[in-house]
Order: sequence, then C-alpha cells, then structure tokens
Amino acid sequence: MAKKNGPKMADTILVVVEQREGKLNRVSGETLAGAQAIANQTGWTLEAAVVGSGVGDIASELAAKRVAKVYDLESVKLEPYTPDGFVAALRQFIEQKQPRLVLMPHTYQVRDFAPKLATALNRALISDAIGYKYEGGKLLFTRQMFQGKFAADVSFVGEPPYFATFQNGAFRGDQVEAGSSAAPVETVTVDVPDGAVRNKPEAPFKEAKQAVDLTQAEIIVAVGRGIKEQKNIDLAKQLADALGGEIAASRPICDSGWLPMDRQVGSSGQTVAPKLYLALGISGAIQHVVGMKGARTIIAVNKDGEAPIFEIADVAVVGNLFDIVPPLIEEVKKAKGA
Amino acid sequence: MKILVCMKQVPQKDAPLKLNESGTWIREDVSYEVNEPDAYALEEALRQKGKHGGEVVVITSGPARAQQVLREALAKGADRAIHLEGDSFVTLDAFNTAKAFAAAIKDERFDLIFTGLQSDDYGFAQTGVILAELLGSPHATIIMQIEKSDGGIRVKRELEAGFFQFVDMPLPAVLTIQSGINKLRYATLIGIKQAKNKPLKKVAFEEVSSALSGNLQKIEKLYVPQKTKKTEILEGPPAEIAKKLVDKLRNEMRVI
Ligand SMILES: Cc1cc2nc3c(=O)[nH]c(=O)nc-3n(C[C@H](O)[C@H](O)[C@H](O)COP(=O)(O)OP(=O)(O)OC[C@H]3O[C@@H](n4cnc5c(N)ncnc54)[C@H](O)[C@@H]3O)c2cc1C
Ligand SMILES: Cc1cc2nc3c(=O)[nH]c(=O)nc-3n(C[C@H](O)[C@H](O)[C@H](O)COP(=O)(O)OP(=O)(O)OC[C@H]3O[C@@H](n4cnc5c(N)ncnc54)[C@H](O)[C@@H]3O)c2cc1C
Repeated sequence: MAKKNGPKMADTILVVVEQREGKLNRVSGETLAGAQAIANQTGWTLEAAVVGSGVGDIASELAAKRVAKVYDLESVKLEPYTPDGFVAALRQFIEQKQPRLVLMPHTYQVRDFAPKLATALNRALISDAIGYKYEGGKLLFTRQMFQGKFAADVSFVGEPPYFATFQNGAFRGDQVEAGSSAAPVETVTVDVPDGAVRNKPEAPFKEAKQAVDLTQAEIIVAVGRGIKEQKNIDLAKQLADALGGEIAASRPICDSGWLPMDRQVGSSGQTVAPKLYLALGISGAIQHVVGMKGARTIIAVNKDGEAPIFEIADVAVVGNLFDIVPPLIEEVKKAKGA
Repeated sequence: MKILVCMKQVPQKDAPLKLNESGTWIREDVSYEVNEPDAYALEEALRQKGKHGGEVVVITSGPARAQQVLREALAKGADRAIHLEGDSFVTLDAFNTAKAFAAAIKDERFDLIFTGLQSDDYGFAQTGVILAELLGSPHATIIMQIEKSDGGIRVKRELEAGFFQFVDMPLPAVLTIQSGINKLRYATLIGIKQAKNKPLKKVAFEEVSSALSGNLQKIEKLYVPQKTKKTEILEGPPAEIAKKLVDKLRNEMRVI
C-alpha cells in the first residue's frame, strides 16, 4: 500500500463514529467506551473520526471525551450516506494515517460500507464482535457464531490496519470517560471524485403507521419459530390475554405473515422494555435479543436446554411449549379469578 | 437479466451442534440446509427472471455435500449451477471466498449478483459487499424489494428500527438479500426431474487458487459462551411448572 507523507498513527486506535441528522448514535458511544478500554490495556493512542457534511458539532462532542484527537472528515458529497462516498473518504484518510486498529459500531450503515473499505485496503474486518481480549500482546475479538450457540475468539493475521466492528450492547455507553480538557479537532476536507458515488439514496421512511406500540406494554408474550404453525399462534394469544399483555414475535413469524410486522421485536423491529417478557420457542439470536434484553424479567420456554435465550433469561423452562402453555393459561386464570 | 445467486450450505437450524475435539469447529455429523436468506435470494432471482427474462445461475463453495443446495435450486427453476468443490474452500475467510467466486465467474457478465445478507453459521455479513468491491460494482445491502428502472434498478433497503429507504443504482450491481423479501416456492416434481439435465459445472481449488491469498483472520477458538446472568431453571411436570411460574408472576414479579 502506498504510504503518503504526513503524520502516521502508529499504534493508534481510530474510532469512526456514526452520526445521523447531526446526532451521534448510541452504539457509537458504546464503541468509544470499548476503544477506551482497549487503549487503557494496550497503551495505544485513541483518536476518533466523524464523517459527513457539516458535522463539526459532533466532532466537538467527541472532543470532550477522553481521546487524543478528533478528525472531522468533510465533503458535501458525504450527505446523504452512500457506501461509495464513505469508502472514498475513509480510504484516503486511513491510507495516509495508517492506524493500527479501526473500530466502528456494527450498525446497518457500517455493515453496508465497512467490508468494502477493508477490501479496498486489502485488509480484513472482524465484524459484529461482542468483546475483546488482550492476551500476551495479542488482540482477540470475541464474536458469536452459529446464531449465538457458540462464541469464537478471532485474531488478525498479517499487517495492520485492522478493522473490527462492535455489536449493539457490547459495552456500556454511559461508561465513556470524559477528557480532562477538550481534545484538538482537525477538519479534513476530503476529495470524493465526481462520479465516484453511484447510488442515489432517498430519505428513510417508516412503513404504514404502527397499530400497536409495544414499547408501552408491561407484559409481552412473544412467539418464535418453535410455535411451528400459524394456527398455534392462538395458544400464545390466549396466554397473553390471560396475563393482560400484548403478543409479539420474532422476525420469521412476521416474515411468514403469521403476525403483522408491527409485532416484531428486535433490531429491525421494536425495542421493548416490559416488566415481563415471556419468550416461547425463541432461540435468542442477537438481533432478537437487542430488542428485548431491557425487560425487567425474562422467562423463556424452549425445548433446547442450550438455546442462547437462556443466557439472558431470569427463569428458564426447558420443555415443550405445547405442554407448558395450556396448564399455564389455566393457572393464570385461576390466580386472576381468585 | 442475467443473475448470479450465491448460496451457502449451513447446519440445519434445529441441529444439535457439538464442538469438535480440538475446539476449532463443530462436529460435522449434523444435517445441513441452505442458508435462509440465500433461499430468498434465489426466489427473488427467479421472480426477476419471470418478469424480465434472462438467466439464473447459482453458485456455492464447499465440500461435495454442498451440491445438494445447487440441486434444490435447479429444481426450483435455476438454469445452471457452479460448484467450487473441495474441502480447501471450506476454511477460506469471507475475503477469499469472494475472491474465489470472482475468479470462477471472470468470463461471465452478470447484471445482478445476489447473496444472502449473512450466513446463519459464521454470520460475517461480508461476502456480498466484498465481492462487489472486487468486481468494481456498486452494491446495496439488506434488500427488501427490487424493481427495474430506466437506467438500472430501484431497491428498498431495510434500515434499523422499522425504517426503509429507496436507492436508485446502475447495473451491474451486487445486492445482499434479507429474509422475508418474498414468499418462497417449493420445488415441483417436474422441476426435480428437469433439474437432473441442467448443467452443473465443478470448479476445483487449483483452478482459482492463484487468485487467493492467505486468510487475514483466524478463528483461534470456538467455545460455549459463558453465562453472565443468574438463571433459575424450572423443571418438573408441566402442571407443576405452571404452578411455580404463576407463583413467581404473582409474588416475585408482581405482574398479576
Ligand atoms: C439484519 C438482520 C436483522 C434481523 N432482525 C431481526 C429482528 O428484528 N427480530 C428478530 O426476531 N430476528 C431478527 N433477525 C433474525 C434473527 O437472526 C433470527 O434468525 C431470528 O430471531 C430467529 O427466530 P426464532 O428464534 O423464532 O427462530 P429459530 O432460531 O428457528 O428458533 C426456534 C426455537 O424454538 C425452539 N423450539 C422448537 N420447538 C419448540 C417447542 N415445541 N417448544 C419449545 N421450544 C421449541 C427451538 O429449540 C429454537 O430454539 C434479523 C437478522 C438479520 C441478519
Ligand atoms: C473448520 C473451519 C475453519 C474455518 N476457519 C476460518 C478462519 O480461520 N477464518 C475465517 O475467516 N473463516 C474461517 N472459516 C470460514 C467461515 O466459516 C466462513 O465460511 C467464511 O468466513 C465466509 O463467511 P460467512 O459464512 O460468514 O459469510 P457471510 O459473509 O455472512 O455470507 C453472506 C452471503 O454470502 C454468500 N456466501 C458466503 N459463503 C458462501 C459459500 N461458501 N457458498 C456460497 N455462498 C456463500 C451467501 O449468499 C451468504 O448468505 C472456517 C470454516 C470452517 C468450516
């Protein structure tokens, strides 16, 4: 790779945050917290970058955190977001600065451009990590495999820069340390060549108005593919009714049209925080879990004792939901009648 | 339109997975199926061909057993198949898997290449985007709708939290397809019969290995994740479990 003149970022961690409509998103804060932890352990310098058009306010917001420096990569061609535009901007910058490690949040936007960026630089990206380990001078990233049934420690081979993204909830955003004084901000005007951006995106929109607002529900009974057939949904509805709660579902149930889309919980559905979340026949894939792990109590019924949902459940019922749910409905009715 | 669909064989969803002795991978004695979003990608390709004509080609890389995925695709209506066959393909990282695909199709011109948005086993969510960059094509990810437009295509991307976005883009292009974009068809008996006579080309590792490099990331260890939360396990006959649960709902969680 051609190394240009200018200051190098040897042993530097660069966090590229995500902003939308001038706001830093929550996972960016989490990734920054993770990066601070890695910097503490490795002794590497931590810097941050924001990419966009007129995003100086975010750069200033970042500069208040404990980082050595903030870069504001600016071009009018970076708004709205396109993978071509972001890769053109970040590629130039990273080629020149040569950081050791580039960290980003594993958002839909990052998964859209980060593999392209790493490939353009002939480097690898460890995507969707849930944590890291620093052992004997070696940095390992932990990620889920086989839909959360296993975890793997993955290392980089070859030369830096190394690219990694962190999953939603991997670190606590409220643990980002503030800096003792504001870090310097450097505005970098990036050159996105004419014609480089091939996609023409329109403004994001929401599909037809949501008929139910699951975010307000105190009790949610959620069904997953373990419910097997559309006609069995009724069983879960009876339980929800008995408990006075709402029915919700994992994505495959809504994809099949067994319940409407607005009942879907997870990264592409609603994020809920009820007092009780009762998961019936849901395996606990990360994209589902991010939407419900804020529940005060989680009860999971699953016939597979090793289902990942049990890792976050407060109460685990290992068994067939078709055996458990009918007597449960009766007991709830009895208790409520009493 | 000429469309290529990348389809990966992965362990079946309900398959009980066990670690191998060296803790590097799972034991291979499980049942396999096609990666779920890849099945939707095939369906979408067949629908596009139905509307605009053209050809649907399916490609997989993996051991001999992966041919099953191609056979099923041919039975559902794909025109021909390419199998990068051999164990050496299995351990390639996403970067090299994409390089192998690019090498295998270098003499062809596809208007569209579909991949699933991510695999159910490793879940890197990268192969399609990497392939786009290697081919110099534009791409869009997590696609829920595709329409032909004047100069190219108009696609609907899924964003987080129930948002969507339309994107216009030129062809050729690479799209990563999300599950639920359409309703899947089943193979018909006649389709299964016809599939036997459709071309299935095998590509050996040696034919593409000059295009590959060493893996840039290494899976050091695979293990059962450690529990971080204290979980109470309820056991016993269903009627007893129901009683215990209601007791908790009432006296501990106080929700009824
Ligand atoms: C970009 C992206 C976004 C996504 N967004 C979402 C999202 O918003 N929401 C979401 O839910 N998913 C989402 N997914 C999909 C997610 O990865 C999983 O595929 C999905 O959550 C699995 O649903 P499930 O648990 O119902 O099905 P499965 O994973 O098939 O699990 C079914 C479970 O039921 C159990 N079971 C079977 N029979 C019984 C029985 N008789 N009694 C008890 N248990 C039984 C099985 O042991 C198994 O654990 C997304 C994926 C991607 C890639
Ligand atoms: C024993 C063993 C060891 C391994 N060791 C490593 C290792 O050290 N490092 C490493 O990076 N990887 C390793 N792998 C490979 C890894 O499991 C993945 O197959 C590879 O990284 C591709 O990424 P992915 O499956 O996450 O694809 P994703 O990028 O998630 O897949 C997205 C889409 O790309 C397409 N696609 C991906 N792979 C194929 C395929 N084979 N055939 C057809 N279409 C496909 C599909 O359409 C899929 O939906 C190993 C595998 C095995 C079995």
